[in-house]
Parts: sequence; C-alpha cells; structure tokens
Amino acid sequence: MTLPYYAAALVALVATLRVITCVNAVHALLYLVVSLLSVAVIFYSLGAHFAAAREIIIYAGAIMVLFLFVLMMLNIGEAAVEQERNWLSPGVWRGPALLALLLLLPLVYALFGGEEVEARGHVVDAKSVGMALFGPYILVVELASLLLLAGMAGAWHLAQDPPDERERGEGGR
Amino acid sequence: MNAIPLEHSLLLASILFCMGLAGVLVRRNIIFILMSLEIMFNAAGLAFVAGAAHWGQPDGQVMFLLILTLAAAEVAVGLAIVLQVFRSFHTVDADAVSELQG
Amino acid sequence: MLNLLWMIPVLPLAGFLLLVLMPHGERRAALIGCGSVGIAFLLAVGIFVQSGGWAPGSMAATQTLWTWFEVEGLRPGIGFYLDGLSLTMTGIITGVGFLIHVYSAYYMHGDAGFARYFAWLNLFVSAMLVLVLADNLVLLYLGWEGVGLCSYLLIGFWYRNPENGYAARKAFVVTRVGDTSMAIGLFLLATHFGTLDIQAVQAAAARDWTGEERWLATLAALLLLGGAVGKSAQLPLQTWLPDAMAGPTPVSALIHAATMVTAGVYLIARMHGLYLLSPTALTCVAVVGAATLLLAGCTALCQRDIKRILAWSTVSQIGYMFLALGVGAWSAAIFHLMTHAFFKALLFMAAGTVIHSLHEEQDIFNMGGLRRDLPFAYFSFLAGGASLAALPLVTAGFYSKDAILLATWDVPWIGWLLWLVAMAGALITAVYIFRLIFIVFHGEKQKSGHEHAGLEMRIPLAVLGVLALVGGFIRPPLDDVFLVAEAAAHHAWIPVLASLVSILGVGIAWHFFLRHPARALAVADQYAGLGRFWGSGWGFDALYDRLFVNPFVALARASRRDLADRLLWNPVAALSRLSHELLSRTQNGQMRWYAGGIAVGCVLVVTGSVML
Repeated sequence: MTLPYYAAALVALVATLRVITCVNAVHALLYLVVSLLSVAVIFYSLGAHFAAAREIIIYAGAIMVLFLFVLMMLNIGEAAVEQERNWLSPGVWRGPALLALLLLLPLVYALFGGEEVEARGHVVDAKSVGMALFGPYILVVELASLLLLAGMAGAWHLAQDPPDERERGEGGR
Repeated sequence: MNAIPLEHSLLLASILFCMGLAGVLVRRNIIFILMSLEIMFNAAGLAFVAGAAHWGQPDGQVMFLLILTLAAAEVAVGLAIVLQVFRSFHTVDADAVSELQG
Repeated sequence: MLNLLWMIPVLPLAGFLLLVLMPHGERRAALIGCGSVGIAFLLAVGIFVQSGGWAPGSMAATQTLWTWFEVEGLRPGIGFYLDGLSLTMTGIITGVGFLIHVYSAYYMHGDAGFARYFAWLNLFVSAMLVLVLADNLVLLYLGWEGVGLCSYLLIGFWYRNPENGYAARKAFVVTRVGDTSMAIGLFLLATHFGTLDIQAVQAAAARDWTGEERWLATLAALLLLGGAVGKSAQLPLQTWLPDAMAGPTPVSALIHAATMVTAGVYLIARMHGLYLLSPTALTCVAVVGAATLLLAGCTALCQRDIKRILAWSTVSQIGYMFLALGVGAWSAAIFHLMTHAFFKALLFMAAGTVIHSLHEEQDIFNMGGLRRDLPFAYFSFLAGGASLAALPLVTAGFYSKDAILLATWDVPWIGWLLWLVAMAGALITAVYIFRLIFIVFHGEKQKSGHEHAGLEMRIPLAVLGVLALVGGFIRPPLDDVFLVAEAAAHHAWIPVLASLVSILGVGIAWHFFLRHPARALAVADQYAGLGRFWGSGWGFDALYDRLFVNPFVALARASRRDLADRLLWNPVAALSRLSHELLSRTQNGQMRWYAGGIAVGCVLVVTGSVML
C-alpha cells in the first residue's frame, strides 16, 4: 500500500500549494477538495478506513460545500479575481514563506534527528473507535455536541440581518 | 501490508501545516484565510490519525473526530462573521477591518 | 434609660451608614436623616426627665464601652461621660440639630446630592456628640477631627464649583493649625500623667502642677486654647469662618453657628479644672475673646453679604463666650452658648429662606422692603435679631449677655477694660443686626420674592423663634459641674445700662438705615478706607497671604524643578512614554499582522522545545 500513499501525498502537496496561490476563489476551493480527498486516500492506505470516510463525508462533503455556498452568496464576481491578482504580488510572499520555513525546520529536525523507530501499521476499524467513543471518551461526544450547538447558535445570530433591516423583511434572507 | 514510517506521515502533516500558515499570512481575502485555516486543521488531523495507525489505538481517531467537529463549528461561525463584515464594510479585505488600532 | 447613653452618638452614625451604603430617594433620605437625630434628642430628653431634671447633687454617669488601645500604660477607652454640661450640650446638638435637619429637607429639595447631604450632616452630629460625651481627651479629639472633616465635606458640598473647594480647604487647614496645638497639649498631658481621662487629668494637675510647676499648667492650657481658637474661629484663626459660608445655609446654621464652633468653648469649659490652675491662661482666654468680639463686630458692620454678616456675628458672639470663660463665668458662657445656638440658628435659617425666595441673591443691597413678601422670615429675623442684640427682658440673649457683663465687671485689674469692650460690642451688635433687618425688610423693594409655605420650613423657624425669646428662662443644669462659686454681687445697674445700650444701638440703626439712608451713605463715603479695612476682616486674610501662603507656594514651585526630579523621575517618565509609543505601534488593527505575531511565537516555542 505504499504506492497509493506516496502518490496521494504528492497530490495533496501540489493541490494545497495551488490553494494558497490561486486567484480564483472557487478554483481554490476545488483544489482544497482535491487535497482533502487525497488525504482521505492516505488514511485508507494507513488502515484508518473510518477516518477516511469521515474525512470525505464531513470535511469535503459538508464543510467545503458550506464554503461554496457562502462564496456564491457573496457573489463578488470577476472583480474579485482582479483584486486577488493585485494583492498577490511576489513580494508579499517573502515574510510568510520565511516564517513557514522557520516553523518547518525544527519540526523536521525533531522528526528525523532522533533515533529510528521501526515502522508499524495497524488497522483501526470503526468498531474499536466506536467502543472508545462509548467507553472512556463518552464525554468527548458530549463536548462535541455542545461545541456544535454553540457554533450553530453563534452562526445563526451573527448572520442575521441587522435589526433595522429585519423589520422590512424583504426577501433577503 | 507494508507499514509506512510514522515520520513520513508526520513530515507530510508538517509541510501541509506550514503551507496553511503561509496562506493565512499572505492572503488578504478573508475567505482564503479561512481556507488556509482548514488546511492547517486537516494537517493536524492527519498527524493524529497517523499516530493512531502507528500505535493501533483508537484515541487518535477520537481526537480526529473532535478536530472535525471543531472545524465545522469554526467554519460556521467564521463564515457568518464574513457575511457580517461584508454587509458592514462591503469588502472582504482583511486589512480593511482595522478599526481597533492604536 | 442611662444605659442607652451610647445610643445617642451611635444613632446618627447609623443614619450616616444607612444613607451612604444604599441609594435613597429624597423622602427616605430625609426620614432617615431627621429620624436618627430626632430619636437621639428624645433619648436625651428621656434621660433628663428620668433623672428628675438633673437636680443639683446628681452624680455624673459614665458608660464605658471598651478599651480603645493600650500603649505603655495609656489606655483610653470608648466611654461616655454624662454630667450637666454634656447633657446640656447634647440637648442643644440634638434639639437644634433636629430642627435644622427638618429645615434642610425644605432647603435642599431638588438638589442632586440630597442623600449625600443628609449622610454627612448625620455624621457631623454623631461626631459632635462623641466630642461632648467623651470621657477622655483622645475620644474627644476623635470627635474634634470628625467635625472638622464633616465641616470640610459640607462647606465644599457643591464641589463642582472650585471656589467652594477652596473655602473648604481653607477651613480645614486653618483649624488644622489649632488642632496641632491641641495635639501637642494632649501629648504634654499624657506624658506627665499617663492618662488622658478628663476627670483624672484635672485631678492630677491640681495635685501635681502647683507652685514651681505652675508653668506646665499654663503651657498645657495655652496649647489647648490654641485648639479651641482654631475650631471656634477666634483671633488669630478666625479667617476661615466667613469663607465657610460657601456651604448650604443649613450647614452654616448647624455647624458654623450652633455646634462646631462652640466646640472650643466646650473644651475650655470641660477642662476648667486645668484652667483654674493658671490665671495667665485664663487672662489670655479673656483677652482673645474680647479682642475677637470687637474685631468681628466692626467687620460685621461693613459687610454686604447677608450670610457674612451672620458669620462675623457668630465670631463675635463666641468671643463673648470666650470672654466669659476667661473671667471664670463658666455657667454664663455655656448659657450664652445655648441661647446663641437658638437665635443664631434661627437667623441663619431665616436668611436661607430669604436667599431661596430671591433665587440665591445674597447681597443685602439688592434686597429691600421684603417684610410683606416674606412675613415669616421677617418675624424670625425680628425675634432672632432682638435676641442677638439682647433687647431687655423679652429675649433670651438679654439674660445670657447680662450674666457675662456682670461677671466681667467683677474681675480685678483689667475687668473694667473687658467690661467696656463687651459693652461696646453689645452696641455694635445691635447696630449691625438691625442694619441688616432694616435694609433687607424695610425701604424700597428691589427684588420680589415668594415665600415657601411648607411646614418643614415653618416649624423649625417657629420653634426656634419661641426659644430665642423665652429660652432665657431655661436654666441649664450646670451647678454641679462648675463647683467654683460664681454668684457674685449683683449690680443692678448693669442690666439697666446694657438694656439702654442695646436700645441705643437699635436706635442708631433705625436712624441711619431706615430714616435717613443718605446720611449712612455719606458716612460710608467719608470713612471709605476704614470701611474697606474693617470689611476685609481687619486685613487678616491679606496678612496671612503675605506671611504664609505666598512663601509656601513659591517654595512648592521651586521644588517642582529640583534636582532629584530632573535626574531620576523625569527619565523614568520619558522611558514609560517611549515604551508606550513603541508598543502601541504593534496595535495596528491588522488581523494578519496579529496572526503573524502568533506564528512568530509559535516558531519560538517549537524551536525552544525541540532544542531543549
């Protein structure tokens, strides 16, 4: 299973690079979906089937679609692409690239500087995850639901029309 | 199956994370910033799942579930804020919303 | 009921706490404020009645609550001492205080600081009661300082006007000078006798400070006199009282007419055992009193502001009390204190009515012919003014002033001079108070006013009006307190002469200010220089400015630019400013900048944890 793994890894890297350098928002979103799907393939090849399924369904399927919806709603159009081109001059890349590199270097050193650990691989199936969630991690489930509730309430409130516009109630919701 | 070294997965996760970080710092469009944040979330999730696969424990996947939940909530709230910003400032430029200065 | 003695000072204190800890509407604040003092008054009356009128031979009662502190054998306690003197003072403070509280409900109506006013007034009454009921000098000093604080708070009540703040500060600082003198006197007593219990100190002084050591008694008495002079606004510390008129009129009535300024008189009367040991100190007291009463009387004659006339009148009348104390007429002094409380509070409150009705007009030359517009105030002024001028027989002031004049005559050596000064003062008193009445209430009307018809104004004025007239028949139960035999030969011609003098004074005022006002103006023009000199309080303010204030201010200005400031503190300030400017540049409101900051921090942390 190593070939799918490394292939998917390469795809993920390229797609992510395209996400952060693309000027068209919708294109960037689609690249991001590609990146997420390749990470799902990586999960499959690691034996984490359940995680892969979750990645596709929730991450790529729900969250990215939400992004798309909002992007469509904003309806910015061609002007946005032009604007992005102006903003993304090569000069602005210097600082962030340096910073990202500086973050990467210690991580790489930590990963490869120590002693070699032999590679192991286990399949973690849905059943064991389920047992963990209903067993020792039951509170995690509750916390997650609370988090979602809070997120839902916050999002609903923040996205409301301002009070003076609400009264008029014309179409726009 | 042939096992894949943990370091490789973690290296991939690190590179993705740093790319996401660069994206957050570079892009001015708030939507792109949110997308870069998603990349960072994803990278962290990848690290956790890789660890779970390496040691055969479901704890990593549980953490991945939490990360997913977190990402979902964050995206919901974040996009709602984007909508509000767009209504108030009529732009999605992150540098335009700088009234808390000085 | 004697075991409830401690409640008399505590009730107004509780009123103060209630008023200060919660917000109140006007009605409730007035209820709490007046109620606490009213109940204290009832308690005092109850004690008086229960003891059978405090007949001669009654023992003094002591109630000790707890020991305050103990340092090297000095153990002052929180204890109250009730004898005829403190009972009289308590009656005056709570009785007149209660009436003034009720009047304040009318005067301060609509003011934003209504509840705050009553809180401080209550605190003042509580402190004053502690002062007069204290059984040791430390507790007395506590009450002394407390009334000084409340005086400051109430003079500067309308704090948004900086002038009021200056007046309050001036009052506080000037009385402070006196307080320091008193404190040194207390130190002297404490180091010599190891106790500051009032009765114990006087007994020990009588025992120890005789013969060779008499100068110690003189010194202690003079130091205490310094404190009394400050608090009672006598020479040379009288400059604060006229400026204290910046406060609301009921405050002037209570604090600067009836109670706080009499604290000095009370102190000397209370420590009479000490003063009796030192004829020198007594002479000083009498001379201070006589000089002050003349000075203040002349000044009152040349004032335009209605409240300032009454303020200088207060200074003058307290001079009479000091004079009486100085010649050994203790009961006469306290008696005059009581009648003065009645008629001066009455005068101030009536003045307040006039000021209110004319919408804060205080210059008497802008008033005139008001006796039909403000009848109640007119009659109050007549009653109070007659009492102040000591018109014969029908007024309380006559009896008290008469007692003082009688006592002064009998003093050897300088008695005749003091008596002459007192007589001259009586004449001037009659002239200035009736000048006030004739100018304000008779003659041509300049501004018209409308009298408020409420009971809160009328009842206190009516009660005090009656007291000002018949209060002379109340004999305070002081016989046991001042064991010195005072009844001297009764010279019948003195009261007659005094009556004639006061009537003459009224006649002079009538002639110059009612019948022939032009002649008054002519005299005023002729003696304009003298008028200005007297009117400014004999130049004391200017003198103190030159002697003390200007050098101090110059010194303070020079000290601002001294070396330590320039070398040490200015660099520190400059450094803070610089770092503030640098740091505030990082707050540029840019979200990506902040994200970058987080990223930098993250890099540092990761690097650090990987390296270490």
